[in-house]
Order: sequence, then C-alpha cells, then structure tokens
Amino acid sequence: DLNDKAGQFFNSGHTNNWAVLVCTSRFWFNYRHVANTLSVYRSVKRLGIPDSRIVLMLADDMACNHRNPKPATVFSHKNMELNVYGDDVEVDYRGYEVTVENFLRVLTGRLPASTPRSKRLLSDDRSNILIYLTGHGGNGFLKFQDSEEISNVELADAFEQMWQKRRYNELLFIIDTCQGASMYERFYSPNLMALASSQVGEDSLSHQPDLAIGVHLMDRYTFYLLEFLEDIHPSSTTNMNQLFKVCPKSQCVSTPGHRTDLFLRDPGRVLITDFFGSVRKVEITMETINLSSPMEPLPER
Amino acid sequence: MGLLSDPNRRRALIGMLTRLNAPICMICYMAGVAWFMGLAFEPFTLRTYMSENAMGSTMVEERFPAGERALATGREFAAHKKKTGGMPVDWLVRTMQARGLEVYTQRFSRKLPFPDEDKERYMVKGTNVYGILRAPRAPRTEALVLSAPCSPGNENNQAVGILLGLAQYFRSQIYWAKDIIFLVNEHDLIGMQAWLEGYHHTNTTGMDWSPLQGRGGSIQAALSLELSSDVVTSLDLVLEGLNGQLPNLDLANLFYAFCQKIGVLCTTQGKLPRNDWDTTSGYSHAVQTMMLMVLKQASSRPWGDHGLFLRYHIEAASIKGVNSFRPYKTDATTVGRLLEGMYRKLNNLLERLHQSYFFYLMPSLTRFVSIGYYMPAFGLLALILLLRALDLWVQLSSPPTRTTEDACPPLCPLSAPQPASPGVLSILTPLVISHLTGVALYTLPVLSQELAVEHFPVSETEAVVLTAIAIYTAGLALPHNTHRLLAGEGTEQGWKVLKLVAVLYLAVLLGCTALINFSLVFPERGLLVGVNDPGLTLLFAVFFFQELQETPVTLQEGWMLYLSVISQGILDHALYGSLLYPLAALLVYPCWLLFWNILFWK
Repeated sequence: DLNDKAGQFFNSGHTNNWAVLVCTSRFWFNYRHVANTLSVYRSVKRLGIPDSRIVLMLADDMACNHRNPKPATVFSHKNMELNVYGDDVEVDYRGYEVTVENFLRVLTGRLPASTPRSKRLLSDDRSNILIYLTGHGGNGFLKFQDSEEISNVELADAFEQMWQKRRYNELLFIIDTCQGASMYERFYSPNLMALASSQVGEDSLSHQPDLAIGVHLMDRYTFYLLEFLEDIHPSSTTNMNQLFKVCPKSQCVSTPGHRTDLFLRDPGRVLITDFFGSVRKVEITMETINLSSPMEPLPER
Repeated sequence: MGLLSDPNRRRALIGMLTRLNAPICMICYMAGVAWFMGLAFEPFTLRTYMSENAMGSTMVEERFPAGERALATGREFAAHKKKTGGMPVDWLVRTMQARGLEVYTQRFSRKLPFPDEDKERYMVKGTNVYGILRAPRAPRTEALVLSAPCSPGNENNQAVGILLGLAQYFRSQIYWAKDIIFLVNEHDLIGMQAWLEGYHHTNTTGMDWSPLQGRGGSIQAALSLELSSDVVTSLDLVLEGLNGQLPNLDLANLFYAFCQKIGVLCTTQGKLPRNDWDTTSGYSHAVQTMMLMVLKQASSRPWGDHGLFLRYHIEAASIKGVNSFRPYKTDATTVGRLLEGMYRKLNNLLERLHQSYFFYLMPSLTRFVSIGYYMPAFGLLALILLLRALDLWVQLSSPPTRTTEDACPPLCPLSAPQPASPGVLSILTPLVISHLTGVALYTLPVLSQELAVEHFPVSETEAVVLTAIAIYTAGLALPHNTHRLLAGEGTEQGWKVLKLVAVLYLAVLLGCTALINFSLVFPERGLLVGVNDPGLTLLFAVFFFQELQETPVTLQEGWMLYLSVISQGILDHALYGSLLYPLAALLVYPCWLLFWNILFWK
C-alpha cells in the first residue's frame, strides 16, 4: 500500500520544474510575440515556478519602446485588462542577447564559466522542462532577431544532447509561429512532447489589434492557451489531452498540432501542472515516525 | 555557325532588315503607342497595396478633437498676416511656443535671374518659421515634417490653422518616436528650398540663408498641406516633384488607406475616381489621369511644396483640400484625424520607405503601373531609332549598286572605301553649329535681358522669353546659311552620315532621359518623325494639358500660357536646378537642328 502510494508520489518521476520562454522577434510591430511570451511567463509563475527556475529571453523591449502609449506595460488583451508585464518581471536574456547560439548554449549547458546563475538552465535528470518559442517561422526554421534562423534539425540535436547529458526528465515543447509543426518533425529523443499552433503550410494568425496602442496584441493560439491556463490552479488535475484541444480550427483558423509518440507516459495521465507549475507534493502524516528505530528496508516490488 | 557570325545568314538578316525597315519601324511605333495607351486599361494595372510591414494597416485610433479651434487659429493667422503684410513671424513664434514647441526662424533671400509675374522684383526676401516637437522618450535621430505654406491673400490660412492645431494635440501625446517639425514657409518653393538647404547644410542653388539654429534628426517623411476653405469635399494628393521624381508609392498607399478608413473622398490629379473601367468613358478618364501625371512629370517642376524634399531622398507628398459643389462635406476635425492617423503610422517606421515602387504611373489612386510595365513602351520606340541607324549604317557600308556585277565576296561590305564619302569631319560642322546655337539658347536669354529691355518696350520676363523664341527661330534659318560652309554638301552620303549620327544621338539622349525622367521621353519622341519640333510640341502640350484639366483655353490665352511656361522653365532651372530647360536647350534643340539640317540638305 505504501508502495502504491510511493509509486503514485513518484508517478511522474520529476522533482523540479524549469521553463525556458523565448521570444525571437524584435521591432514594434512584433509586439504580440513579446506579449505571448510574457503571458506564458505569467501563468508559469502563478502556478509556482520561481524566477530562479525560469529563463526568460525577450528579443526586444516593448514596454519601454518609444512608441508605446502606455509605457512600462505590455497588454495581452484589448481594453487593457491584463498587463502581463507586471512589476516583477525578470528578463534573463534581453535584446541582442537572444541569439541562436545563446539559446542552444542555454539548452545544452555549454555556457562560459562567467555566466551568472540566472542565465543558466541548471536542470538535472529529474527536471521537467517547459520550452516555449514564439516569433516568425517557416517550414523547418524559426527566425531569430531578423538576422538568423534555427532549424528543426539543430533543435532536435540540441534536445538529444540534453537527453544524453541527462538534463531533463520530460520536456514539453510549445511553439507558436507560422508552420510551427515543422519544428518538431525531427525530434528523436525520448520523453519529448510537442505542441504547435499551425501545421506545415499554414500561417498562425494574430488575434486582435488594439487601436489605442496600434498593434496586434497577441497571437490566437497563445491567447486561447492563456485563457485555458487561467483556469488552472496548482491543484488542478487537468491533463494534457485537454491542452491538445486548445484553440481548435474554428478559433485559431490554423490547425494546431501535437506530437506525443516519443513520450513514454500516456498524455491522459500527464497533468498540466507537471510542466506549467512547480507542484510540491505534500503529504500530511497523522502519526509520528520514530526516527531513532532502525530503518527496515522495504520488501522488493 | 552562329546567327551573326555566319556571313550568309548575316547578309540575309541584313537584307531583311533593309527591305522591311519601314514596316518594322511602323509596327514598332504603333506597338509602342498602343502599349502606352494600354497601360491605363484597368485589367493591365495592379491594385495598390501597402508594402511596408512596419506601417501595417490603418490600425490606429484617431482622436484629434479640435478642428474648430484649429480654424479659429487659422483666422487669427489670416488677420495677423494682413496686418504685417507678409509672414507674421512674431505671432507664429509666440503661438508655436505657447504650444510647447522649440521654435526657430530662418531668413533667406534670393536674387532672381529675372523677375517673374508673381514676384515682379529681382530680390525675394523671406522668413521661414518652424517648431520642433521633440519625441518625449526617443533620441533625436529621426524626424517627420508637416508643412503649410504662408501664401499671400486668403490662401492656405486653414492649412496653417490645422498645422497649429495638430501641433497642440501631438504635443500632449507620449508615443512619438521621432521628432516632428512643423514648418511654415514663405514664398512657397523658394522658402522651402532655403529651409532644406539649411537643414542639410548644402548650397546647390546659390541662395542666401541664415543657418538653422535647431534641427531634428534625419527626415523620414514629409507632408505638405494646402487648405483654403473651412470644409472640403475632397482631398487631392500631389506626388510629382522636381525633375519628375516621385515619392515611394507606400506614401500614396498610406494616404488612400486612411481616406478609405475615415471616409473622405480622395483624388489624384484632381480627377474623381470611377468604377466603370470597361466603358469607353471610364477608360478615357483613366487615360486622362495618367496623361496628366505624365505631363506634370515631364514639366520637371515640383507641383507642390513637397517636390523639393525628394531630392534629399525624403518621401514627401502634398495634400490639397478641394472645396467644390458636392453635397458631402468633410470638416476640419476629420482632416486633422486623417493627418493624425498618417503621422502615427509614419511614426511606426523603422527604416525609410523603400519597400514599394519609386517609379510608377497612376491611372487612378487605387491603380498603378510600375516601371517594369511601362518601360517596354519606351523600348519599342528606341528600337525604331536603332533600326533606322542600322539601316543607314548598312547603306553606308554597302558598295554602290553599280559595282554589284563583280561577285563580291561576302566580306565586301566592309572593305571597299567609298569614292566620294565625306569624312567624319564634314559632319562636325553642323554638329558644332547646332550645339553652339543650343548654348546660345541656354545662356543668351537671361544674359541679354537688359539689352533687350533698353531697345524694346517689354518687361524683363517678356524680354527673356521673346529672346529665347527669337534664337529658336533663328536656328531654323541655319541650314540655308551653313550650306556653303559644308564640304560634303549635297551628296547622298553626306546627309546619310549626318542622319546616322543624329539618330544615334537621339537614341542615346532618349535612353538617358528615360532613366532620369521617363515622362520626358514622350514629348521628345515627336522628334522621331522629324517634323514635330520642340517648340510646337511644347505649344501642343500646353493646350493638351489645359484640356485634360477640363479648363480649355482660347488661342490667345494659350499663347500667354505658353510664354509663361517658358519663363517658368528658365526660372525653375535657376532656382531649383530643374533639368528641363538645360536638357531642351543644350541637347534636344541641337539634335532637332541636325534633323532640320538634313531636311534642307539638298
């Protein structure tokens, strides 16, 4: 019985959660990509992952852009209901530091010794990692900063490096770009689950413009993702199958896709909070445990 | 063997060329004209679209509230203008400062080569007043310009009023990433030229101006506003600038997008838009609009205060308010909102406008023809010249018909020198004389105006124009006099060599002109036929232009207009560096004189 309970306790096999959230585009008219990333950041923080476990990479500063009529804010919804910038954002890689090289170094851990802790992904073999990418993409690539690209092959190889160095337990990859499904086509490492906002050949569309600010505020997929996540709280038992249903074609215009064949567990048994939150399992014992008496080994399972 | 290296094939090709020269030329000519006329036919044109990603759509909320207050400011401006009898500099400086701008003035003066009808004096002096709205958070690296001219009388008061109203509104917004410069220029283009030269530290036209004390960054775009009534029925967009330069098409697209969003009627060339492109009248309407654009470009003068910005690679356009007899009127607040929307979008720009076309023709505000589509028309016309030249070359190189009895080897055409062929030097004389006449036409009218005024009872302007016409007509008499000077006079070969040189000269001239200012090519092609001389072409163009604008003129008015066009051309060249007058006098006129020479060779 204790075995079952212990088994349940260690069901997912992870003990800590990390998140790597990347916005790859700059310029004022790509406001929505920064808003996307900050929305996911907000949800992930709210569900318990602390800043020390989040690597946030924003390629441009929208909140302090000269054209922002509401300085120091980034809104995700028109009528300015939700300021996702908040007042406790910690951006780890900012502006021109968001490059393909830095992103891959963060993932694989091959950073120079002088890199501060906040810029490192210090995950281990019991970490569940959420990786969220957004920006402008195409068939098989994602554009960084209007000057370089990362290809799906590079990404798959980086994940394989992570697997071989045992830098993750399970990894959830979400991408919101045009033709996003092409980015997870080449994955071959175990325990990877991927979601994308559109299939190859489709464009991901933006959600709504805000006339006062003068730009599109969010992309559709992330908008509905955020809506979905707002209903999740740390003790939710919503599982991944519901996440796959977020933003059907009627709302998104593009067809979101997902990939679970590399994942060892059944997605229906994977909780949303396994990746988006940092849930500490707490068991309250009603009986005292005598620690001075000798420990007896548990019978073999 | 290749087509051109095989002597037999080459002879056959050459033979075909010489035999069919006239028909091919005729076909090319008709095809060129048909192609050009076809450009205005709607299925052959493209719909305009916004190319610049940073500007995006018209996704912005315009909230300018103070149209009436702007009009009141305009009336105040008018009153002060009347009181000072010119530009009310002090009042403008005070008003702009009250709105929170950094205000500076610039004095300028220019000695005109001869007084024209507007100014009626040699020395033009004036002051420009401009206020800079500094971007609240951005570095001062880029700027946008909004200008309104200070015109004498009751013109453009409302434009200055709206400019000041917008300045006040813009000052209270925090989202400007570029400095905005509000400029009120005196004496229209002369003041604008002085301001631009002062801003960019260049002095290309010999004007005298005081240096600018305050500057924004590099100017990304500029709009010039002309509004003379409290309400408008439509807004007209003027694109043509100095030397036929046009702003980037995205500026026109932006204007049209906002016109559609706000619901203001917008026109180009003053012609209302029509939907019936498949009817004859609809098509002719499009052709008229396009021809107006071509003629305006060909005149090489700036058709609005914006025209001088283009030379500094600043995209600029003029917006003119038109108040005609239509039921639906647009008030000043709406015009202010349109400008606010345009400036908010221009504010979003990260680079200069470069994504859309720089060379285009517009049969209407929603349709355009790019350079790739209209150049073939010119190509076909240039082909005619080259075919003619080829024909003459072949005739000159082939042996005269009396020696064909000898079985000349295929290399014959190049070997036997002609018995009575005049050397190159003989055609040098007509060339030199034609060009000297051209130089005389270019320099003498302005230089000799005092002499003319002493001896004849005319004003300086008339003296200049009439001297020009006199030299022009004197040139017509040349062939009779220079005959005696020529060595190879009267020979068959002589005029052929001259014609060959003249045709090639014309081809090169047309080619170069097409690259600079495409619209100048079409009046020049009248020379092809050899009978349309530049003077008559200009006269015809004047009448045609007036017809197109739906204000036809009588013969006498047309003649006066013709004279004023010539004087304006000379003045434009002296003041702004317009290329039409030197091109016409130094290159087109001598070329035509060569053809005239050939006509009277015998």
